[in-house]
Amino acid sequence: MSEKTYRDAIREALREEMLRDELVLIMGEEVGVWGGTYAVTRGFYDEFGERRILDTPIAEDAIVGAAVGAAMGGLRPVAELMTINFSLVAMDQIVNNAAKIHFMFGGQARVPLVIRAPTGWGQLAATHSQSLEAWFAHLPGLLVVMPATPYDAKGLLKTAIRSDNPVMFIEHARLYGVKGEVPDGEFTLPIGVSDVKRPGRDITIVSYSRMLHVALGAASVLAKDGIECEVIDLRTLRPLDMAPVYDSVQKTHRALIVEEDWTTCGMGAEIAARIGLDRFDALDVPVQRMGQVEVPVPYARNLEALMFPDETSVARKVMEMVA
Amino acid sequence: MPGTSPLRVSAEDAAAIHVTGEEALDWLKKMILIRRFEERAEEAYGQGKIGGFLHLYIGEEAVAVGAMAALRPEDDVITHYRDHGYVLSRGIEPKRVMAELYGKAAGLSKGKGGSMHMADVRSHLWGGYAIVGGHIPVAAGLALANRYRNLPRVVACFFGEGATNTGSFYAALNLAAVWKLALVAIVENNRYGMGTAFERVSAVGDVYRKAAAFDIPGVRIDGNDVLAVRDAVRRVADRARTGGGPQLIEAMTYRFRGHSMGDPQRYRTREEVEEAKSRDPIARWRRTVLANGFATEDELRKIGDEVEVEVEEAVRFAENSPAPDPGELRNDVLVPE
Repeated sequence: MSEKTYRDAIREALREEMLRDELVLIMGEEVGVWGGTYAVTRGFYDEFGERRILDTPIAEDAIVGAAVGAAMGGLRPVAELMTINFSLVAMDQIVNNAAKIHFMFGGQARVPLVIRAPTGWGQLAATHSQSLEAWFAHLPGLLVVMPATPYDAKGLLKTAIRSDNPVMFIEHARLYGVKGEVPDGEFTLPIGVSDVKRPGRDITIVSYSRMLHVALGAASVLAKDGIECEVIDLRTLRPLDMAPVYDSVQKTHRALIVEEDWTTCGMGAEIAARIGLDRFDALDVPVQRMGQVEVPVPYARNLEALMFPDETSVARKVMEMVA
Repeated sequence: MPGTSPLRVSAEDAAAIHVTGEEALDWLKKMILIRRFEERAEEAYGQGKIGGFLHLYIGEEAVAVGAMAALRPEDDVITHYRDHGYVLSRGIEPKRVMAELYGKAAGLSKGKGGSMHMADVRSHLWGGYAIVGGHIPVAAGLALANRYRNLPRVVACFFGEGATNTGSFYAALNLAAVWKLALVAIVENNRYGMGTAFERVSAVGDVYRKAAAFDIPGVRIDGNDVLAVRDAVRRVADRARTGGGPQLIEAMTYRFRGHSMGDPQRYRTREEVEEAKSRDPIARWRRTVLANGFATEDELRKIGDEVEVEVEEAVRFAENSPAPDPGELRNDVLVPE
């Protein structure tokens, strides 16, 4: 084990898979000469050359569409979208092609594609600050991975690249500098397995990506008051692994979902619905959700600061629920 | 024959540019097959045996048949949704195509795709796509894979003139041109995007001139002349295959039927349609075949009869074959891992 940043863990996963499999290539805006907008692919252009590290025009429909075709044609492309917001330009390719081709043609073609895209915010204003993960988790035919830690990011990205299915791999721009323990040798993690990040008996907090860290922070604060939160990291949003959530709710009888997207039709809506359907009798209080305020994200620092759940607001909500 | 443009072949000089009798009859038979197949599909649709959308290719047969004649078996083909003609001219058994229209398990896409989504990956047919322009970036990706793997294949991407007004068209061909990919874009200009005349919605009415946006060769050909199509596609495919980058062909043709079933065709006159039928690609090639002595009237009748039998067999097969097993519903969503 050694401590690495989320960025370096992702970089290692990409590099190891490129060294392992000649069919893996990376394409996207600024992935080559620039070294990646978030510096994830820095040095790759020099190491692997322009054959395998392809700078593209700013045209996400072409980037993802070409990656779909390259995947069908036998390669294992990793397409990088500079931010998740730009996936909207590529929506036809993701929804109609990547997620449908295997089924629509009766299983004849495969699309072993990874689309990497960071979500996040930071005075970037309305169109560059969105959390769109639920849009993708809605789609049969797509796998959606959203890791919160360097360990999970590395292990899951390696699995995503080896997968024969299209994977939306959603990173978080505000996590790139976060450090965590990562095994030194080769390892992979299975897609579709949730993880208990902190055990506890009083309440279940379900989260993923950056909000996992907020939930863990709140749990530490609450522990000082003797409230033990069980914090579960979904890690994969499609398929959803609800088993650890159900086991936990059986024990705590309370569930709070902390998400960064809008709660209306967001990830938490699905999780709450499933808990309600499958573990209704286990609940002592209604399932609660915390997400961003239902407005577009503003630029002004003070207004933006009001947008998202933080440790204080999560801790307050937990106190209400365990009271 | 010096001075003869291969793009305007008359009956007299057809033989001079090396069409074998075997080729000439094969093309005629395939065009007749597409037409008879679709006429029978139209009937079956009227009887409620085929559902959803059914976009007929009737009138445009020379484009698919000419292009497939020029392409090698290992070349990749990816198409828009008016796609029966491509699979039939590629030599796929009509019964499997008809079974797909009927939504049967033995269909090309196991009954999951229908009229608009015919694929046979073993034959390098990567499927029909139903979002206008959406498959052009995918075509570029297939071409990228071919180059990456050092495969001397071209990708032939078929779409209608309407697709040339989409962002996907520009984004994909720009990418293909920047990367010098072996992509042949074959634009079938049948003059209408659904019911809207192209010149009413396209600032540039000549599709081949849009190639200038990517600094790639663009050529307009008579898409109702199967030999002109074969020659043009062969020429540009050779260029693409040998490092010439993407190529664009605008094949001028006409759709004799409506956009799909139930199109009242208020957007064009009966006279216009009748006039277009005077350039029927099948009748034209038939005349060339006879004029060059490739076959006699009797032999052509025999070809017609053979097609009739084949199409009837296809219908019988589709009628009698089983629907997909209900258990098939959940298969093929993801590759099992």
